[in-house]
Amino acid sequence: MTQPAPSTRPLSRLSRRLVAVLSALAMLMMVGCTTAGTPSEPPGHTLTIGATSEPDSMDAWHNAAAAIPQVVLYNVYETLVKVDADGKLKALLAQAWELSPDGLTYTFHLNPAAKFASGAPVDAAAVVANIERLKSDSNLVASLQAQASVMDSATAVDTHVVQIKLVHPSIMWLYNMSSTLGMMLDPSFTGDVATTTAGSGPYALKSQSKGQSVVLAPNTNYWGTPARFSEVTFRYYTDANAMNASMLSGDLDVISNLQAPDALSQFSDTSRFTTISGTTNGEVVLGLNHKTKALAKLEVRRALTMAIDRQQLLNTVWNGQGTLIGSMSVPTDPWYEDLTGTNPYNPDQARALLKEAGYAQGLTLRLRVPTFPYAQKSAQFVASALRDVGVTVKVEELDFTRWLKEVYGDGDYDMTIVAHVEARDLGNFALPNYYWHYGDPKFAALYNAADQAKTEAESITLMKEALRYLADDAAAIWLFALPNLVIAKSTITGLPKNATTLSFDLSTIAGG
Amino acid sequence: MRLALRIGRRIGIFAISLVGASLLIFMITKALPGDVAQVLLGIDATPEAVAKLRAELGLDRPLWVQYASWVGGMLVGDFGVSHVFPGQSVLSLIGPRLAVTLWLVGISMVLTLLIALPAGMVAALKRRSWQGVAVSSAAQVGMAIPVFWGGIIAVVVFAVWLRWLPANGYVPLTQDPVQWARHLVLPCLTLAGVQAAVLIRYVRSAFVEVLNEDYYRTARSVGWTPMRALWRHGVRNAAISLVTVLGLQVGSVLVGAIVVESVFALPGLGSLLLTAVNQRDLLVVQGTVMLLVLTVLGISALVDFSYLLIDPRQRTGDRA
Repeated sequence: MTQPAPSTRPLSRLSRRLVAVLSALAMLMMVGCTTAGTPSEPPGHTLTIGATSEPDSMDAWHNAAAAIPQVVLYNVYETLVKVDADGKLKALLAQAWELSPDGLTYTFHLNPAAKFASGAPVDAAAVVANIERLKSDSNLVASLQAQASVMDSATAVDTHVVQIKLVHPSIMWLYNMSSTLGMMLDPSFTGDVATTTAGSGPYALKSQSKGQSVVLAPNTNYWGTPARFSEVTFRYYTDANAMNASMLSGDLDVISNLQAPDALSQFSDTSRFTTISGTTNGEVVLGLNHKTKALAKLEVRRALTMAIDRQQLLNTVWNGQGTLIGSMSVPTDPWYEDLTGTNPYNPDQARALLKEAGYAQGLTLRLRVPTFPYAQKSAQFVASALRDVGVTVKVEELDFTRWLKEVYGDGDYDMTIVAHVEARDLGNFALPNYYWHYGDPKFAALYNAADQAKTEAESITLMKEALRYLADDAAAIWLFALPNLVIAKSTITGLPKNATTLSFDLSTIAGG
Repeated sequence: MRLALRIGRRIGIFAISLVGASLLIFMITKALPGDVAQVLLGIDATPEAVAKLRAELGLDRPLWVQYASWVGGMLVGDFGVSHVFPGQSVLSLIGPRLAVTLWLVGISMVLTLLIALPAGMVAALKRRSWQGVAVSSAAQVGMAIPVFWGGIIAVVVFAVWLRWLPANGYVPLTQDPVQWARHLVLPCLTLAGVQAAVLIRYVRSAFVEVLNEDYYRTARSVGWTPMRALWRHGVRNAAISLVTVLGLQVGSVLVGAIVVESVFALPGLGSLLLTAVNQRDLLVVQGTVMLLVLTVLGISALVDFSYLLIDPRQRTGDRA
């Protein structure tokens, strides 16, 4: 066997190709360098917002993901009433509204100027059509279905006056109408709400590219103050570091909610960045399974609460950002009251209470948490704090899907930690089958009375009572409320301080 | 005849590996804890709604029926429908993501070769002088750097400090070629840098072996320069081991791509896979992994066939 005679042709061809590839590479590098020092400013006033959880579609009625209303609520779909940054109800499509003395009938006076992007008016007939759609759709997200079932009927009294009758009085219902439940869809729209939008808000969906972004463009037919941006992009990141890097390099205008407070120091240059620290509706709850024998005893639940120094926990877990809370309520709730003084940190008394409950020899509990950074860090703190009072804690971390099945679904746990991000969600404690298995009849009675009160003032008084009851009963341990940490370029103004709704409300934001 | 038998046997191995892989992938995704229907419906869903959805998705059928319908579908090019994005076929989700990953992997592999071949040859030829030691040490350091860390450092230096390039994201080639290129520079260099560090060591040792061969000494003795002798005779002789390593590296480049896509927020197969696992979008997970397995197995078959091209002795079975 002889070697094939070496010819010069393959070599020269190879080297010619090599030169070609090398020069292509050089061009690639030059593309990178020619724009050096001149970071490209987007033309016109556009706004790019970084966020971490991507919506699967734009259909908030059949998909419970909070990422959908973050984009569409108020920006694309409007509601009769909205909740402002202070947690107060405000006029939107309805200019005014009143409640009948028996607490059963709401009358809404619609803004005569209001119209959908298609030009069709948002009149009483459109509102009635929306409510009938909600009531007849059996595939609606379960929580919306429950909220819709409170409505008995809707009637158009006049072109711009609509009356909605409830099955029983409910203050919560009006709040629900300010969120996903109340989003008004153009009744003349026949397309797919998952991929197109048909609302009355200042923006409409322009495009969605899966795995990347959702782009909104102004609704040129908008009836109110016109949109301030020619384009608004929500960009999604699976990696929080990547999002922070985009902000630092100037690709993003706003980070909608900083996920890791340790990253705050990166944005300390106030000439470039503004940091906003407000509140959210997210209560981080150390949930107790009331089916666990030891946790059914009030003394034990109180002892566990007293064993944890929650201020210290907040400092460790969330850099001291966030708010301490003592019950299932956040500072922007109308019925909020500072209850952090209930069952205060006192390890000696915690040990005494455990002894009283018959656990002087110690107690072993499983703490099963989802793999979210705040839950994992909190779990370590809680385990060590409880160890100090003689409770052995076995910490187990589960990915969220498994957590949903085993902890949330099957109730296979003693203690867990998760943030409850829905607004005004204390009603969950009234559900005996909810994963805490609390369902104390006294609390349920208090809560229902508060919800069904005939005036808002009366409702607020009763809600406060219900919240105090929860705190006294140590129904759960409220670790803290998640902060709303927003980072923006210093040229951006009007960002709301608190995240009181699911919406990233663009209406007050300007600059760019 | 022997050649045909050899090729036939190689194709047989390829087919059996594919079946084995499909079984393994199916069983692993089924063993994942968590209920798809519960994840989709969220924490407010009633048990009835969950059961109804499970039936709609066909998750209540016996496992072997589910497996058979999945494999049967793939044979006719139907990878099924996503659980999470209703109405979207798995292939329609994979399609646009595949383009991103192919660009990333393809450009990175080319860059890897462009860096590793010359550097490895220098390291072999000058192994006793400072140049060779410098290349070898640089490769050693490069191998010690995890790809995500390398990516983060690249972002901090080139995007955050110098602001030469965007920190992350992707723009399709058809939309804006310049932006497309600018967004790919950092991820490709990161991936190629780490891969090249590995390859340099193989290139070096392959060529060091050549340097000890008679034909190299003969070429040198007739007055050829070391570089010319290596190019003419060394490359083909070193090629067998290099092609083998390269074939194996395709697998690690694909794994690296998943990490790089996350660091640079590129909407490729890796980020699709990551989201699909988290959302328990099982058919998307199975389809994507199957595609990756197909790629790796296909490349390893190609590597075997390429031996026949590189080394004429293997065509006849003559092992002289």
